[in-house]
Amino acid sequence: MTARLSFDLERCHTGGPTIRAALDEDLSPGRVLVLFGPSGSGKTTVMRCLAGLDRPDAGFIRFSGETWFDGAARTHVAPQRRGIGLLFQDHALFPHLSVEANVGYGLDRVPAPERRERVLEMARLLGIEELLPRRPGQLSGGQRQRVALARAIAPRPRLLLLDEPLSALDAPTREELRGELRALLHRIGVPSVVVTHDRIEALALGDRLAVLAEGSVRQVGAVDEVFSAPADVVVARVVGTENVAPVRIVGREGGLVRFEVGRAQLLAVDPGHLTGEAFACIRAEEVMLERAPDAVTSARNQLPGTVVAMSHEGPLVRVTLDCGFRLVALVTRLGAEQVGLTVGQPAVALVKAPAIRLVPRG
Amino acid sequence: MDLQALRLSLLLAAATTAALLVVGLPLAAWLASTRWRFKVLVEAVVALPLVLPPTVLGFYLLVAMGPRSPLGHAWIAAFGKPLAFSFEGLLVASILYGLPFAVQPFAASLSSVDRRLVEASHSLGASPFRTFLRVNLPLAAPGVLAGCILAFAHALGEFGVVLMVGGNIAGETRTLSISIFDSVEQLDYASAGQTALFLLAVSFAVLVVTYSLRRRPVLG
Repeated sequence: MTARLSFDLERCHTGGPTIRAALDEDLSPGRVLVLFGPSGSGKTTVMRCLAGLDRPDAGFIRFSGETWFDGAARTHVAPQRRGIGLLFQDHALFPHLSVEANVGYGLDRVPAPERRERVLEMARLLGIEELLPRRPGQLSGGQRQRVALARAIAPRPRLLLLDEPLSALDAPTREELRGELRALLHRIGVPSVVVTHDRIEALALGDRLAVLAEGSVRQVGAVDEVFSAPADVVVARVVGTENVAPVRIVGREGGLVRFEVGRAQLLAVDPGHLTGEAFACIRAEEVMLERAPDAVTSARNQLPGTVVAMSHEGPLVRVTLDCGFRLVALVTRLGAEQVGLTVGQPAVALVKAPAIRLVPRG
Repeated sequence: MDLQALRLSLLLAAATTAALLVVGLPLAAWLASTRWRFKVLVEAVVALPLVLPPTVLGFYLLVAMGPRSPLGHAWIAAFGKPLAFSFEGLLVASILYGLPFAVQPFAASLSSVDRRLVEASHSLGASPFRTFLRVNLPLAAPGVLAGCILAFAHALGEFGVVLMVGGNIAGETRTLSISIFDSVEQLDYASAGQTALFLLAVSFAVLVVTYSLRRRPVLG
């Protein structure tokens, strides 16, 4: 069965900006699409329209061959009939019901024994079995998050919508749940749309990324592609000046992780529980450039490559290197002149190990 | 104390409260959720009995229930006796007069229920009606209970409208407050004092219970 999500919707708020967003993505084998944008970009509006909680003023929403909304034909499918699972930012658990009743809430048409079985299955999947008799008020933020997720996926939704799924959590819990959430989304294999303004969250959870800015979708693509090759200035400003490259962890030494990116092997500080695939993020400001490999430097990573592009940005120069992968460095104009950088010539990029941030994709 | 009047007053108050629960809850739910521009008109109509002299409401009800009005005429045709000066007529008047005491607390507590919980329920496939029963109503329960208690206490002591619509027929329309009025007219201050003290105690107890319900934090 296909899980093609396509929409082209328009919604204006009285006294606010008009949101116009269009997208056409196949989310079929349980792909995760991230709607990324700063606050006020309209991503929550888009999500509420997808869920059926808000009605667009015009346009259409289609999922998996069904029309959920059509402004011209005045079609609006109620949220109850869309088969969606919705994860609210602040979880929105029913405070007067036990965890068990919360998780089983969407299963009222299922006979009691099967419902109980499904609730237990969800509880095991998310490791919340011992919480079942409790009330939401007695749970920690991380526990509430798991319960909310169990409640959303228990009725076997066809599309999962997650609104800033990790932002309501404190930093250590967020770190812990991020990798877990991605693994879980892949295990249950339900097509998902994640709304977030957090770059790390987008990198950790998404397969595909749609950047929403100034009221419209500016770019859609693979997550690392969008981050390392923004389509225009607006996207670049939203995603930040960051190099994002898919990497593979190959080993550990003295608190550092060794990983492969392109042809090169680099070292970064070990963030813990990292294996296999990950994304390496390096801010362009943190990359230093030289003409030839330096024998003595404190930087752990030396990357020989070729300058493929240079563009001036005021007192700075944005230098794009091909080191087996695309690496952007932001250096001063004076610095670039002293090193003698020119397009087509070789150069060496120096990156300190602590300047590399690894985001797990395991 | 006039025990027959006490029995009648309790019956009237109980029936009024039950009817207000049936009529008032949907009305309050609608008021709490609608974005209709002229909702304020409905709110004003519901609140009218708070400021309207009971005699004014009683007068209009009396005219509406009289044998020459369509309602009064239809009632006589259906039940063979007039609506005015009967217990049923009294009940109708009492429901209308008690409307704000029930609907206002109902609506206040229903509109304080977190909108996202309702949306979560909808996204989980629950119809608006099921959502109302399983989410809105349990979470608004303290307010609904407070509204019921207020409506009951108010109906128990109602005087003006009762006198206008029901008159003073023992066992049919003579309620507690009418009985106090009667006793005073007959200079039976002992009996009037007993009944008055009873109503004072009940009213005080009701307010204590209502305010303590309001203080209690919502279950969390």
